[in-house]
This record gives sequence, structure tokens and C-alpha cells, in this order.
Amino acid sequence: MSNDSTIHVHEGAVEHGVHHDGDGHHHHKQSFVSKYIFSQDHKTIAKQFLITGMAWAIVGAMFSIIFRLQIGYPDQTFPFLETFLGKWAKGGKIDPEFYYAAVTMHGTIMVFFVLTAGLSGTFANLLIPLQIGARDMASPFLNMLSYWFFFLASIIMVSSLFLSTGAHSGGWTTYPPLSALHEASSGSKRGVDFWLVSMAMFIVSQLMGGLNYVSTILNMRTKGMSMTRLPLTIWALFFTAVLGILSFPVLLSAAILLLFDRNLGTSFYLSDIYVAGQILPNEGGSPILYQHLFWFLGHPEVYIVILPTMGMVSEIMSINSRKPIFGYMAMVGSLFAICILALLVWAHHMFVSGMNPFLGGVFVLLTLLIAIPSAIKVFNWLTTIWRGNIRFTPAMLFCIGFVSIFISGGLTGIWMGNSTIDIHIHDTYFIIAHFHLVMGVAAFLGMFAGIYHWFPKMFGRYLNNTLGYIHFWVTLTGAYLIFWPMHYMGLAGVPRRYLDFSLWTSFNKFDSLNKMISIVTIIVFFVNLMFVFNFFYSIFKGRKVRTTNPWDATTLEWTTPINPGHGNWVGEIPEVHRWAYDYGKDGRDFIAQTEPVKPGETGH
Amino acid sequence: MSTIWILVAFILGFIIVFQIAKASEYVAILRGEDKTRKESNRINAFLLLVFLVVGLFGVFYCNEQLKGKILPESASDHGDKIDTMIWITLGITFFVFLITQILLFWFAYKYQEKEGQKAYYFPHNNKLEVIWTVIPAITLTVLVGFGLYYWFQITGEAPKDAQLVEVTGSQFKWEFRYPGKDGKLGRKYFKEISETKQNPLGQIWSDPDNHDDVVGSQEMHIVVGKPVKLIINAKDVIHDVGLPHFRMKMDAVPGMPTTMWFTPKFTTRQMKEKYGEDFNYEISCDQLCGKGHYSMRGVVIVESPAEFKIWLAKQTPQYVTANSAPAPESPAGGTPAKPAGGAAKDSTTGSSNAIKTRN
Repeated sequence: MSNDSTIHVHEGAVEHGVHHDGDGHHHHKQSFVSKYIFSQDHKTIAKQFLITGMAWAIVGAMFSIIFRLQIGYPDQTFPFLETFLGKWAKGGKIDPEFYYAAVTMHGTIMVFFVLTAGLSGTFANLLIPLQIGARDMASPFLNMLSYWFFFLASIIMVSSLFLSTGAHSGGWTTYPPLSALHEASSGSKRGVDFWLVSMAMFIVSQLMGGLNYVSTILNMRTKGMSMTRLPLTIWALFFTAVLGILSFPVLLSAAILLLFDRNLGTSFYLSDIYVAGQILPNEGGSPILYQHLFWFLGHPEVYIVILPTMGMVSEIMSINSRKPIFGYMAMVGSLFAICILALLVWAHHMFVSGMNPFLGGVFVLLTLLIAIPSAIKVFNWLTTIWRGNIRFTPAMLFCIGFVSIFISGGLTGIWMGNSTIDIHIHDTYFIIAHFHLVMGVAAFLGMFAGIYHWFPKMFGRYLNNTLGYIHFWVTLTGAYLIFWPMHYMGLAGVPRRYLDFSLWTSFNKFDSLNKMISIVTIIVFFVNLMFVFNFFYSIFKGRKVRTTNPWDATTLEWTTPINPGHGNWVGEIPEVHRWAYDYGKDGRDFIAQTEPVKPGETGH
Repeated sequence: MSTIWILVAFILGFIIVFQIAKASEYVAILRGEDKTRKESNRINAFLLLVFLVVGLFGVFYCNEQLKGKILPESASDHGDKIDTMIWITLGITFFVFLITQILLFWFAYKYQEKEGQKAYYFPHNNKLEVIWTVIPAITLTVLVGFGLYYWFQITGEAPKDAQLVEVTGSQFKWEFRYPGKDGKLGRKYFKEISETKQNPLGQIWSDPDNHDDVVGSQEMHIVVGKPVKLIINAKDVIHDVGLPHFRMKMDAVPGMPTTMWFTPKFTTRQMKEKYGEDFNYEISCDQLCGKGHYSMRGVVIVESPAEFKIWLAKQTPQYVTANSAPAPESPAGGTPAKPAGGAAKDSTTGSSNAIKTRN
């Protein structure tokens, strides 16, 4: 951190002098707490989100290891599980109740805490001010609160794991009546209340973050940074934030109504119920109402997960191909189209819920429309690397892996989105394969790409390359080995969320496959732990970055010092004169956004 | 014990890999960072090509291994339509999969960084972009067209002569109700449900349609070649009637009866002859319903009309079972006091009424 000292001198000036940079030497020292804990610096908040997200990712992945052990080895006992889980794994055998809690927590943690907070939270915070040329977010204070609400949500969710009746075990979708009735399952006792309150805190965090991202992008761009000169990362993060703002409040309302049904005797979602020998008085509610409310967020949510990675992949691919991104406006347009359509397709999760079939038909049409902007993006990525001069940094490899996985997982969306096929493969392993590839693995690969690419900006050091290459190859191969064969299980009708198939004559043919998948899962888990190790080791011991622009990129974040202080730029904020993708133009390797357009230069 | 050894192996492996990775950085500095970078570039480009070839072989191998394990031919007419739709979609998506994956990895390999190679400045091309907007649009129109054509046939009104079976899911079992000679299912109300009074489905005994209805559990009997319409209910939480061999599926929602119909093509015996004695048409619950979800199994018996008739004749209507048992109170009026609106509700929640409103 050799540059720290040089920045420190200017830090005070930068903080207090957004409008009159460079003068003033009132050097004020930040305490440890205000610098690293209750920090309002967007870069520090980004790191907080990232590290919390990584902690969550490890927890979420450990749940998957636990339930993969059960699926792969249903007859075996694992005494070490009893050591850690106590009564939930008596004699080393996982209790079904705990199995379902593990499945539920895995989904909740991965979708919300890792791939929403950990992903958007990290890269929106890090990249928006740096790439648009702003000293910080529109409201650094709200930004800080956003992280701490996320932290609070995390604390509540973690504590629900220690309840004597167990954590929420009704699936991450939390469908009532199962999630509404204490009698229906042990996890539906206090566990669901904790889950709902935690999600409420999480939504507050997302809204504060989202409003901040949108207002920052709209209002705080530096001179010359018109919207069409923005890097695609910013466009993607912008649409992500808009989606979040429009859809998260609906989930909040769903959660609050469910809390009422659970604790205050209302009947929003409940009707005609006879459970555990008891007739309940509720009449007139509809469980389908909850599904509509949930998926009105739930579907945009998957785009909230994948859009930021699409933006980052576009950016990193262009840089490492030494070529402009192909079809910039088409990329923006398709992001916009995905953003709009994302809000109009929620009921394709409900084709067999008993919803009116005509409505189902409408949602088939809207759902398959999404394939068009997705196809445009894939073809544009392919054309971006065509005739490039590609540098395979670990980040670039993860981008190629992302596109490959996105194609494989995206195409099966055409299967699931077609209600006729969905009747058969709904809630089977096919859907598990589909969404894990297209929004799980793809989003993780995109996130890794982002981490490898911007790690030098975050910490002034590089991640270890060799470990990076091993990480990439094992993860990509593992992802295909785990999820590709699951399509076949889905076509065999094997239902998801079954922990033992020994009762069944139709579904019990996949024992050796399940074992293989479990083993690969464990290997991939350990290799990713190695990445976590690489991450923390490299923060302190990694190879130092010696140039401000290590990837020869055009965007503004690489015009800041190697270890930028709060306020990012030491002098004035640079002015922007061109778009972000002048690579390989007029015989030059790259032209930074800050370079004025010369007379006679070809346009793009 | 083996767990510990596995863990030790992982840790040792990790330490070795880490030491190599650390050393490789020093070697890189010794040999010149640029030279090392170019070498790893070549290696990774080559590995991408290897990944493509091995991956495509893997796809083929996986198919060889697993194609025999997916379900046998569809056992219902709706299932045939769904299978056709799957084949059409598979054809199109697999073609696109091959083209795009091959291009992706081939381009990555071919255009790896080389001495003297210049990237081609190619920011956009409207013609190309129009082409790959229009072609997917047309393809998807075709898929949506086929999809909706089949979807509305499958979810459309069941034929008038369809056999009626009511399916009720509850934690963690299936119950079935068949109409007797009158061909009608009697009304029911959830507050009438009582295990002790032998009324598991909440039938209203004052409705004469109920008097010949037969109730059974875990096994559903239907007739081959005859359309069957299922009226699906749930008592406690959401379940789902999954019939993988018929390619059918529908949620069971408390308070909201749903329907589904199809025509079974083969009897259970025919299927056993073809696929072995182990074969069973199974009913799986496909919507998470609690800790016993994975064990919520039912069986469908498809039989000839004559067999079905004999089977049905052997069954005792639930009305008889419930009322031959010592009943201290008159069945219809014997339920505990309920809110004033309860009686009025009877007429609106009965499943026969709901049949009219669904679809």
C-alpha cells in the first residue's frame, strides 16, 4: 500500500472540497471505525459487501454439500455431521426436516445474500462512481445504511439457523399454506418469522442501495459523460437497480401479509384447511395470490442477478479482445428489453399452479420473447471476440465460461418457458439444471470475472494467476459435470427436493450419477475455498500493481491512483470525450475516454 | 475416519498447489513477466479448444449413458403432444447450442493474442444485428405457435363422457373419490372432515349424490382408452399431482380445486409386460409440502373397462362405512357448532360447483 501515504495528504481536501478540489491542506485523520467499519466511502462499502457475500457463499455452499451428501449417499451415515448439527443429524443421518431447511437456506442465501447483495452491492458500489467519474455516491450515508441493513438481515437469518424448531424449511419461495401454518412443519414455527423479518431488512437495504445507484448514474456523471458514453457495466447496473426498485417492494408486501396470516389470524393466503387433525377457521384466502406477489419479485430477481454480470462480461471481453464491444446500442437496447420483459413474465413459474390456462398462454408468449434480446447479446459477444487479439487473463476466461454456460442454461429456458413442455418438467431436476446454469453458475462466473478484473483496483495488488487458472478450469468443468446430466433426470420426471428415491420405481435409476455429482460438488467447493484463500492472501501478499492502468483499458477507474483515497481522484475529475470502447481504432491499441477526439478521427 | 483422510488429502493437495502457484509468480519474474504471460495465453487458448472437443464428446457420452434411463414412451395422448413439442424444441435448441458453442471456443482459440496480429475495429453492423434479431424472432414464433396449439388442447375442456376421479392430497398421502352409479360426486365441506367419523374428505351426508361415492387411498384406478378428468384438492398445504408417465402435472391447492384430464393409452399390465414387473405408474408429489414430501407416493392402476367395473363393484361407499359405524349423532347435523356463514358456504365450496367455475 505504498500509495496510501500520498493519497492521504489529499484525502481531506477531496472529502471536503468536492467543488473546489486541490486546495486546502486540512489533513484530518480517519479513525479505524470510520475508515473500515462505518465507512461512507463507496469503495470500502463495496469491499464490505464482497467479503460478507463471500462469507455467505461459503455458508450457502456448505448447505449444498450437506444435502448432496444425502442425495449421493442416502444409505450411509456421516458421524461428523452429528458433531456439527447435533439433533438434526442423529447418528450421522440427516433429518428430513433439516434437509429441507438446508435446501431452503441454500436457495435464500445464494439468490439474495450472495448473488444480489454480494454481486450488485459490490460492483455497483465499486464501479458506478469510478466509471462515471464521481467522487462518491449521491448519498454516501444511505449507501452505508444499505450495507448495515444487509448486515442486520444477515444476522437475523443466521440466528434463525439456531432455533430449536429449526430454520425455515418450506423452500426459498416460501409458499403458504406450508409456510403459514405452524402445524404443517417444524420449520414453519419461528423459522419463517425470522426469515420474513430478515427479508424485510434485506429489501430495505436493496431499496436504499438501488435508489442511490439510479440517482448517482443519472445525476453525477462527469463532464462529457453522456449516457451513450457509459460503459456497459453502468448500463447493466442501472437497469438492475431499476428492476430492484420496482419489484422488491412487492415482495415486502407479500412478506407482510404472510406475517399477518401467521401471527394475527388473517386469511390472505388461507382457505379450507384441515391440518394435523385440526380444522382451521380461515376461509376465502388464496395461496395463488402469494405466488403472484412472490414471483412479481422472484422473476425480476433472476435478472437482478444476471444483468450486472452481463455488463461486466461485456466490458471485460472487450478489453481483453482489444476490440470494441460489438453493437453497443444493441447491447443497451437488449438490456432495456430484458428489464421490461422481466417484469412481465412472472407467471411462467405458475403454469401448473391452477392458474387460468389462457393467462398461461399470454405468459408463454412474453416469456419466449426474452430469448430474443438474450440471443442478441450472445451473438454480439461472439462477434466481439471474432478477429480480436485475445488476452486470456483469468477474468477473460471466466467471461468465456460465462457465455458458454449462459448459452447452455439459456436454451433450456425455451423449454421451460413453453407451458406445454413445462407441464412435464416443472419442479423436476430439469428446472434445477436450467436455473443453476443460467443464473447460478453464469452469475458466479461473471462475478469471478469481475473480481479478478477489478481486484487490482480494489486492493492495489493482483490475485495469483496460477490459482486463478486452476479455479476457472475446475469450476467450469465441474459446473457442466454437475448440471448437464441433471437434464436427463428431469426428463425422467425425477422431482426436485426429494432426499431419498428408494421408495420409487421410476426415479431410483440414478444412484451412480448422484454419487458422481456429489463428489464433483465437493471438489468444486474446495477449489472455490482455494479462491477465497487466494483472495485474502493476495490482499496482503499479492503481486503489487505498478501501473495505474494494468489492463490497458479506456475507462475512468484506471485514471485514478493505484490506491485511490476517498474521493477517488487527486485533482479534478477528468473530463470525458469519447465512448468507452475505442480499442484497436486507427491503428492504436486503445484510446482512453479522457483523450479529446482529434480532428479527422474516424467515428464509430 | 475416511472423512478425516479425505480432508487431509484436500489440505495437502491445497498446500502443494498453493506452493506451486506461489513459485510460479517468482519464476514469472525471473523469466520475464511478458514471456510468461504469452505462454499461459497459448496454454489457455489450447485448453479452450480441448474443452470444446472433450465437452462435445462428453455431451455424446452422457447421452449414451443416460438416454436409456429417461422415461419410456408416453402413456397418454396428451403426453404424445408434449413429447412432440420436446422433440421440436430439442432439435432447434441443440442446433443453436452446437453452433454457438463451437463458434465461441473456436474464435477464442483462433484469435488468441499473437505477435503482430491486430484486432479488427468492428463496433457495429446493422445488417448483422437485424439478421440475428429476426431469425430468433421467427424461430420463437414457430415454437410459441406449436406450444400454444398443444397447450390449449391439453388444458381445454375435458370430453363430456370422461371418467371423473377426485384426488385429494394431504401430508403425506393421496386419497381418491369415485362417483358411484349416478356418475356424480357429492358435495363436501372442509369443516365436515373427521377421521374419527370416517369422513376423511368432508363429504356432506345430506347430499344424496354422496351416498354411492367410493373413497380409497394411495391407489387410483382408471380405465384405459377412456378420458379421465381429475378434480384435484388439497387439505392442508399445496401438493402437486405429478404423473410422469402420462407427462401430466397439476398443483393441488387448498381452497381452490384444479382440474386436469388425459386419456391413458396402456394398461398397467401392458406396461409391466414391456418394461418389467417393477413397472408402476407412480404419482409423485411435485410441490414441496413438508418433511415427508419425498415419500408422498401414489400409484395409478390403468385397467380394462371390465376390470374397473369389477373393482368398483367390490368397494363399499364411504357413506355406508361412516354410517354403519356406531354413530352417536346424526351424521349431517353432528358437526361442531360453526359460524353462521358456514351453512351458506356449503353450497359454494362443494367440488361439484367448483368444476363449473374452473376451466
